[in-house]
Amino acid sequence: KIKILMMEAVVSTQSTGFNPDFISRMLSRLDWTVFVQSANLLGVGEGLPDMLPEDQDFDDEDVLKKIHHALLEVEVIEGELECPETGRKFPISKGIPDLRLNEDEK
Amino acid sequence: MKPTPLTPHLRSTAYSSVYPPAEDTFLLLDVLEEHVTSHVTSPLICLEIGSGSGAVTTFIKSLYPGAFCLAVDINPVASRATRETARLNAQDIDVVCSDLGSGLEMLYGKVDLLVFNPPYVVTESTEVSNGGIEASWAGGIDGREVIDRFLPRARKFLAPSGVFYLVGVQENRPEEICTSVPGLIGCIVATRKAGREKLWVIKFTRNKQESNSS
Repeated sequence: KIKILMMEAVVSTQSTGFNPDFISRMLSRLDWTVFVQSANLLGVGEGLPDMLPEDQDFDDEDVLKKIHHALLEVEVIEGELECPETGRKFPISKGIPDLRLNEDEK
Repeated sequence: MKPTPLTPHLRSTAYSSVYPPAEDTFLLLDVLEEHVTSHVTSPLICLEIGSGSGAVTTFIKSLYPGAFCLAVDINPVASRATRETARLNAQDIDVVCSDLGSGLEMLYGKVDLLVFNPPYVVTESTEVSNGGIEASWAGGIDGREVIDRFLPRARKFLAPSGVFYLVGVQENRPEEICTSVPGLIGCIVATRKAGREKLWVIKFTRNKQESNSS
């Protein structure tokens, strides 16, 4: 269950310090396909490779900066997440996704 | 010593259902500060369940500025309070409103630092999960109902070398909790008497034999 397709989002962008080491460490923890899909939905997916290279020492700084931007600097303030399997929508309000289920959904 | 995050906004009636930082919070902060000095590797992903005021996650972010910190609470008012606490203390964290982290299964096996200051007060079962401020302290029978519901998930969330800190009181039977989760080993790392409460903090790690599977 969950997630992640965002639609009609109000997005906020804030620049934060670029830490290439953090980004590299995060890469192995990301579901890359979902990440790129989300980035594209928010209009910040340009320049992101379709797939990560097998080589763990990924150090192309331009791409790392684009990942940094999509991952850390862009935030959905108002919007929706949609579960691709059930179509159930989860609202995002004031930057907080609400993932609670109703009683009859549990 | 790192300063405790400021939470002046909690005085507003808008946040009356949010548990303000108290002795249990401060004990946890002390343990976390201690954790920094005794652990060489910085966590990459930190998750707090039941963030309440957000003081703990905000504090964790100040200890580990390079980490991704996510705070979860079932009370949307607490979620907003958490976000505000982080903002007021100039820390960048992420907040989600969810029941004990459900919906965050993509973080299974990835959390390096997991923290939970649960509703641990011994109450009637019927007082548990009634929402509002009560949800922040009503723990049901032996104060264990919410703790026991979360413990199996804790095991799932933890990365192989991840650490999980849990807070409670003597009535919860901490020695039993330490060994009650298959795949987790717990030990009491701190205790403190606060008024009538005998608080403890348990530190869990994954059972090494199990950490090869998933």
